[in-house]
Order: sequence, then C-alpha cells, then structure tokens
Amino acid sequence: MSSGPDPVETFRQESQELLEHLEQALLDLEHRPGDMELIDSAFRALHTIKGSGAMFGFDVVAGFTHHVENAFDEVRKGRLPASDTLVSLALRAKDHLRILLTRPETADSAAGAAILEGFRAITGTAAGEAPAEAAPGVSPPGAPPPGAAAEQAGWRLRFRLARDAMAMGSNPLLLLDELRSLGPAEVVALADVPPLDALDPTALHTAWEIMLHAPVPRARIEEVFLFVIDDMELALEPLGEPLGGAAEPAPPAHAPAGAPQAGAPQAGASQTGASQPGKSPAGTPQAALSQASHPPAAGKRDAAQAAESVRVPAFKLDELMDRVGELVIAQSRLRQVAHASSDLGLRSVAEEIERLALELRDTTMGIRTVPIVQLFGRFRRLVHDISRDLGKEVELLMQGEETELDKTVIERLNDPLVHLIRNSLDHGLERPEERGDKPRRGRLLLQARHAGAQVCVSIRDDGRGLDCARIRARAEERGLVTPEQVLGEQEIFQLIFEPGFSTATEVTSLSGRGVGMDVVKRTIEALRGTIEISSSPGLGTEVTLCLPLTLAIIDGLLVRVGQGRYVIPLTAVEECVELEGETPSSGSRSSFLNLRGSLIPFLRLAELFQTPADADPLKKVVIVSTGDQRVGLVVDQVIGDHQTVIKSMSKLHADIDIFSGATILGDGSVALILDIAPLVAFGQAHEDRLVPVR
Amino acid sequence: MPNTEPPASLRVVTIDLQGERFALEARHVREILDPGPTTLVPNAPRFLNRLINVRGRVVPLADLRLKLGLEQRAATIDTRVIVIEVPLADEPVTVAVLADKVHEVRDIATLGSVHSPKFGLCCPSEYVRCIGRQGEDFVIVLDPVPIFAPAPTRRGDPHPDQSAAP
Repeated sequence: MSSGPDPVETFRQESQELLEHLEQALLDLEHRPGDMELIDSAFRALHTIKGSGAMFGFDVVAGFTHHVENAFDEVRKGRLPASDTLVSLALRAKDHLRILLTRPETADSAAGAAILEGFRAITGTAAGEAPAEAAPGVSPPGAPPPGAAAEQAGWRLRFRLARDAMAMGSNPLLLLDELRSLGPAEVVALADVPPLDALDPTALHTAWEIMLHAPVPRARIEEVFLFVIDDMELALEPLGEPLGGAAEPAPPAHAPAGAPQAGAPQAGASQTGASQPGKSPAGTPQAALSQASHPPAAGKRDAAQAAESVRVPAFKLDELMDRVGELVIAQSRLRQVAHASSDLGLRSVAEEIERLALELRDTTMGIRTVPIVQLFGRFRRLVHDISRDLGKEVELLMQGEETELDKTVIERLNDPLVHLIRNSLDHGLERPEERGDKPRRGRLLLQARHAGAQVCVSIRDDGRGLDCARIRARAEERGLVTPEQVLGEQEIFQLIFEPGFSTATEVTSLSGRGVGMDVVKRTIEALRGTIEISSSPGLGTEVTLCLPLTLAIIDGLLVRVGQGRYVIPLTAVEECVELEGETPSSGSRSSFLNLRGSLIPFLRLAELFQTPADADPLKKVVIVSTGDQRVGLVVDQVIGDHQTVIKSMSKLHADIDIFSGATILGDGSVALILDIAPLVAFGQAHEDRLVPVR
Repeated sequence: MPNTEPPASLRVVTIDLQGERFALEARHVREILDPGPTTLVPNAPRFLNRLINVRGRVVPLADLRLKLGLEQRAATIDTRVIVIEVPLADEPVTVAVLADKVHEVRDIATLGSVHSPKFGLCCPSEYVRCIGRQGEDFVIVLDPVPIFAPAPTRRGDPHPDQSAAP
C-alpha cells in the first residue's frame, strides 16, 4: 500500500526539487543579474509550485508563491532589476516555502508576511519607476494607476488554445466557466473545423470570443489562462475599442501575453483575496489544467528531459541491488559447479550467465549513482550564507561535478562536507583585510574525481593553512600527546580528528565547539573511505576524502588462511608474491620482504587471527597498499577473484574493526572482508606486544 | 534479574543446554535451523565468534553455554540453531544461538520475582528473565537483552581461545 504513489507526496518531492532549482537560479543570478535564462528558470519554478500547490490543496503555498512569482514576472519583463535585495529576499522566501511544504504547522506566518512585505516594497517602487519601459501592448501602455482597469466596463477577449491543448489535459470549458464566474459574459465560438475526413478528433479547432461585462483588472483575466498562457493566442481589449487587427500574436517565450500590469503584486493580492471570495488563488479549473500544461515554452527542453526519467523510490533500488547481489552469489555457485563438471554445454551457459550477471550488476550500480553536483549544489547556499555572516568574501569553485557516486554515499557525505566547508570558511579563509598579497576574495574549491575504484572529493581553500604548532600545543594541553613525542606533519594533522579537539579560541555559532571533525572521520570510515589533509601555512588547506564507488558490491581477492576464507578488496591489492625460505621451524622472525629492492613489512594473518596455519612452507604474500604504505599479508592460498556482495557485520560485532563486512561464498558459507587500514594498525599493535614464541 | 515483573504465563521455546533445561520467550524466536557451516570471526568474544548464513543474511552464532558458564561439548545429532531477534536499545538485532536440543513451544506458568532465588542458579542471575514451572520441574527463561547488550568490558578479550571452537 505504501508503495503506491501518493500524489501529495509526489508533489512534495517535486516541489523540493523545484525549490532546489529555484535556489540554484537565484544564486547564479547573484553573479549574473541580467541573465534572462536564470530569471525565467526561477519564474518557472515558482509558477509550477504555485500551480501544483493549488491543485493538491496547498493553498497557503500557492498564495505565498503567487506574490513571489509576481515579483519575478516583473523582473522577467525588465521592469524590476534582479537586485541583491531581491535575490536574498527570494532566498528567504524559498526557505519559507520549504517549511510550508514540509512542516506547515511550524511555519511562522509573521515571517512569511514580512517576506511578502519586502517584495511589496521592492515591486512597489519599481512599478513607479519604470512605467515607460513597459512593452507596448494593445491596451494603453505603461502602468495605469491601480484601479484604472476596474473603471472599464469590461473586456473583449479572443483566445485560441494550442491545437494539442486537449491532449495535454486542458479543458477549454473550464476556462470559459471561470471567465463566466467573473461576470456576465457572451461567448462566441469561432470554429474552424475541417471536413470530416481531415478531422483530427483530438485536436482543438475552436477559438472563442468573449464579451465580458465585468470591471475586472486585466491581470485577473490573465490569471484564468495562467497555465496555458505561454502556448496560446490571447487578445484582450477593453470594451468599446475595436479588436480588429490588433490581435496579439502568440507571445514569445520571454514576454507572454500579459503586457503591462500595474502594481501587479498589490493588484494580485487584492484580487485573489477579495474579488473571488471562497476561491483559492489558483482555483480548481486552473489546477486541473496545470496537470498537463507545461509552464513556459522555454521550459520545453527541461520537460522533454524530465519525460525521459522515471522517479523510483530509493528503497526499490535497494531491493533491486539486493536481488542482483543474490544473483551474483548464485552465479558464482554456478561457476563452481560448472568448473567441476566436464559438460561443455553447462560451461558455456555458465559463462554466459556470468557475463550477464556482471553486466546486470554494473547497470544496477549505474542506476544508483548520481552526479555529485546534486550534493555540491547544496553547498552554494551554505557558502553564500556563511560567508555573508562572517563578513568574508568567498568565491566558490567546483570541479568534476559530473562525477558519479552511489546515492547512499552522496547522502551520507552531506554532513561531513558541511563540517569541512564550515571549517574552511570559518578557520581557513581570512577576512578580506587580512589576506595580504592574496586576492581579497578567498577561494573555496570543491572537487570530485575518479581514482581507480574510488572517488576522491576534496575541499581546498587558499586561506591561512593549518597551524601545526597550535594544533600540537592544543593536543598537549588536552593530554593527547606528550611534549617529548615526535610527530610528523601528517600525524599532527590527524590530531584534529580527535573527539573534542578544536583550536578555535572562541566558540562561534559555526565552529569551535570541537564537535564535528571526529564525526567527519567516523562517517567517512563507516563509508570505508579515508581522509587526507595537506596544508601549507599562508597558502591554504586541502582535505581529501577518498570513498569507494559503491557500498554494495566490490571486486575482491579470495584468500585462505588456515580453514578460514577471507576477501581482500581488490582495490587495495597491488600484487601477489611467494614468500620464500619461510619454514615454521626456521625461527626466522624477520617480517620484511625484499620486493625488487624495497623492503616491505608483512603480517602473518594466521598469527593475527590465531588460527592454525597450513604446515606448507610455501606461503603467498598479498601486497596491499593503504595510504602511502605498502604491506604484505601472508596467506596460505590465493583462491582468486571474487564478486563480493557486501553484507554488513552484525551490530554485535561492531567493536571488531579489522573486518569491513562479510560476504556469502558460492558454497553458501560466509567469508569475512578485510578492512586493510585497521588491519595493518592492528597488526602493528600486535607485533609490538609480541614475544617470540618459536 | 530484570525489575519488571514477568506475566503470570509465558509462551516459550524450551531448550537444553548442557543438560540443563532453559527457555527462550517465543516472541523472540524467528526460526529453528539445522546446524550448517560456520565461519570463525577472529578476535571476537569467544561465545560469539562465529557467523552463519541464514537465507542470505550473515548472522552471528552465539554459544550460550560459554556465556552462561556451562561446559562446551561437541555437536550432536540433536544440536539446533535458533534464530532470535533481540530487542536491543536502538534496534532489534538478529542473532543465532546454539542449543543442544530444542523441545517444544509451550505456555508455562512463571514464578513471581519474589519466589525466584537470587543465587544458586546454574547461570548468572542477570541473564535470567524469570523462572517458569513445567510440571514438577523448573525452567530458567533467559533474557537475551543483557546477554547480547554490548558490554564495554568484553572488548578487552584479545586472546579468545580459538581452539575451543569445534
């Protein structure tokens, strides 16, 4: 039942996305105030939210959006500059809308009213300033004083919808009904119906001419056609003037038929409220139409793109991934059976299935991945707000936004990145006056790139860099290190990930509480990722998060140690070599391997795991890399590569960190997946307290 | 012994562990399986150092005998694996436990906590939910929550005796 699409929920989701678009457009607008495409895109988002909001009963949302939309309509028509004030007001409006959509009960109506008041103040002045620039239309150009329209006896209007309007779900009868509701109206149909054999019964062949004897403002009539206005012909004349050849052509995308509207917001506000009591701002007829009418023509490309994608709840994708995982497991069993058999037919089918299963796996993983721009995009607002609050000038740059990453990973990266960005802005970047030779404007670079089977996400600023001495002093103060301890730069940097560690002398609202960096570290490690920091004083800091591409399936190397089988993530594996001259009785405890001239330490897994190893003196060593370190892992047998479907460890085993998870092998038994970095750390600790036994 | 007074009657699954009669509340029990291959988890606490595959899920296998201070013996033809769901603080955790024998599902009358001895039982009293009466005999109804709740002290068990695993 819950899986059935709930239209209201769909609306909520869509509106969230539209709000994201709106925010992107607004933030871009800040840098390119004259960009018509951005203004249009903001307007479209508002327009759609308003329309669907009314349709699904979000009247407050629709009403609120209406005023914001009006302001943008003014901008669109060039009568109002897209000023910083307007943009930040619109950003506040967007936040308010989000609250209205998600938790309407918590919405602060006073705040909403204040925002609307702000809009009114802006648009009010604009209406006075720029009447002469208004596009010349049929009716008197410029802005007649509010109420002028109402003095007229009525309107003569002629409209023709697009031929496919009915196929798109518009119902002209509803439009006519709504016009009639405005006052006494005479409706004449201007039919242009082709002969029967040429008749396309789904097309609309009729235009209408209406004499509306009602002193309503022009904007009120345009509102009736709100959802079709970009795709129709509408000629609107005050009664008493000839309609004649003045019929306006279909409006171009950027200037729809609605020509001048005096003081639109005020007028709009009073009409929606007063002239149509009991009716929501966009009443049911429009609402019905909005179902299919795609807002402005300029949005057609977007619409076409949207039509090619399907909205799927994330849990269904997770289920699909689980099924594929099971299939991959079953397939590896089949492979084992086929290899043991001499039936060539069976073998070839098994190979076919293997190929298909792997392709299916890749496709499924591809479905789950989304470009990281979805995540990066959110930070533009964050950077905008924080840098304003801190009085810093920051330029946010992004690279590799198209890099794709598993959706789950992206979601879980959000909080760590927020922390890191806040840190960069608060501690890293200096105030403009403190920046010395560097450009006044600080730079923050968000970058994503693929590196093998990993994705590296880095946050780089050109601020003051990490202060090693200060971090060290703080760590000594907190007893994390002793004054005698010799620490490398990297080790000192790693100290900032200790719980409760902060070098900020005063606590600000943003950072300095020392909460965060340890959480960042834990989150990244939970994602099986690593964190690296590089920093140089005065030049800036770069924090790089390296994450596996997916959480669900990895390529692994299956090895055997004693009776147990373990999977080593293939991404960590560099090569496999043989360990020569190693006999249990030799008593040799050297734990270094000479690999083409370089000394590589190795760990005997059988010892670490305290399982009896094979007596076979011919051991294999799997060379793995972790960070910048290479380590050999001594195993009894290298079985081969293995498609590893990762099952997380039980919570009861949460304190065992040397395994990142478990997987099910072809024969149905369970194998553990080694987590290399903690394993190496564990091995070193183990070595330290080891007493030679043999 | 938990402070909450047990209901007068409980539906339980009765099992044998090392010759003693125990019971698990039926509401915790998900399924009962024949023993299959197990995988050793190095460095895990000894009573919980194996994993089994339960229909594609990786589930830890606990040997309650070790936790309850009983002797451990090799598996017999009657050995079963009981999959239970333990309602730990934040979320339920699925775990399998070994039983030397599974008897039946039945309703038993319980003794109020006043009548239950605080010591003299064959296992630590904090793991006991209540005592039930089955005919002439008493059965100990185990409380899985304290048994499996993460105890920080367990962490310092660096040398689990792996050789004890069958």
